[in-house]
Amino acid sequence: MVRLLTQNLLSCPSTHCTYPSNFPLSFQDVETIEIVEAEYKEEFLRGFLNRLEWAALRKSAAELGNTDLPEESPDLAQPQDVSEEILKTLHHVLLEIQVKDGAMVCPSCKHVFQIKEGIPNMLLADHELRK
Amino acid sequence: MSRPEHLAPPQVFYNADEAKKYTNNSRIQNIQVEMTYRCLELLGLPPSEDDEDEPKPSFILDIGAGSGLSGEILTEEGHEWVGLDISGGMLEQALEREVEGDLLLSDIGQGIPYRAGSFDGAISVSVLQWLCNADASSHSPPQRLLRFFTDLFGVLTRGSKAVFQFYPESDEQVKFIMNFATKAGFGGGLVVDYPNSSKKKKFYLVLFAGSPPNAPKASQALPSALGVEGDKVAYEKTRERRKDRRGKVRKNIKDVDWILKKKELYRARGKEGVPRDSKYTARSRKPRF
Repeated sequence: MVRLLTQNLLSCPSTHCTYPSNFPLSFQDVETIEIVEAEYKEEFLRGFLNRLEWAALRKSAAELGNTDLPEESPDLAQPQDVSEEILKTLHHVLLEIQVKDGAMVCPSCKHVFQIKEGIPNMLLADHELRK
Repeated sequence: MSRPEHLAPPQVFYNADEAKKYTNNSRIQNIQVEMTYRCLELLGLPPSEDDEDEPKPSFILDIGAGSGLSGEILTEEGHEWVGLDISGGMLEQALEREVEGDLLLSDIGQGIPYRAGSFDGAISVSVLQWLCNADASSHSPPQRLLRFFTDLFGVLTRGSKAVFQFYPESDEQVKFIMNFATKAGFGGGLVVDYPNSSKKKKFYLVLFAGSPPNAPKASQALPSALGVEGDKVAYEKTRERRKDRRGKVRKNIKDVDWILKKKELYRARGKEGVPRDSKYTARSRKPRF
């Protein structure tokens, strides 16, 4: 399944793209989303905060119909100070929303990564390979 | 039996049927499980703040996740993970097993589609040797290996490790692979468990992605291998002198008298070239004889 935990870290690997213009991949034609309950792991989430991109996460969550996250991000450089309320919301957004069928598109080169049965196809065509 | 990577590209070799057989084979399951635990041990994740005996729940990259055999163990140990694999057949098996990690259909020789510093560690069980073969005329293994290691170095947080269990064809292949890992910036080396047993010997490439911002030098040392000094592999013990049923060590039959009698017998039969008896007859020789 494609969870926002992964999607918030994915960037387009094509040779035509560079970070940050190849991030985040936008969701498109999403046909099936599943909400699956997952175990709340506080230590994991606090450890994960340092690599989170808040604005991108809000945007992608909205693409999937979730607007739980506030616009202002907590101070991600101080993971121990983040409130439990925010952590619980993050838990739901990052780990419990699963995309089963749809696609992700690179904002820069427009490459479409199809998602089938929860598995995105990240294979590149020959002309897109970085040498 | 020829090596699988010489027969076909991984996504062709591990088609739907082969993937199913592989995944449901209990012997393979056991070996994969054992090697995954060893990879995690070598990964040396820091302890959890809540429970010293458990590892800190981390975000791990499973390279060549296949049918999720290794991924299930990552979940059991409390980690979140992402699995990459090029074989649709194997990923199908992982879906059937309902693994908890995110799975991606990707070719690691093309790189890794993640932002810098995404993962706390990476493991790989029985995969690296597949990257050394050109599965298409457009493939250049050196280019693919370098692209893979360069990207891997980037997606790992500073000071974290990548552990690869793999089956090298030769010492040259090991050097070939490590050359690219070094070019990409990795430190580390090879850990060989049970080096003296051809059956149980296992190769683990342990790579360090730079050093952590404030860690003591000791954490960068290569972990020690298993089965090197004194540790005996279970079935190697049978090579010692066999004991008879009552537990007494049997005497070796071929002693001096027996040899002299045998030589007399040959001379009596008229055999040519029976050596003369001298003080050297029946003297014990070094094992290499």
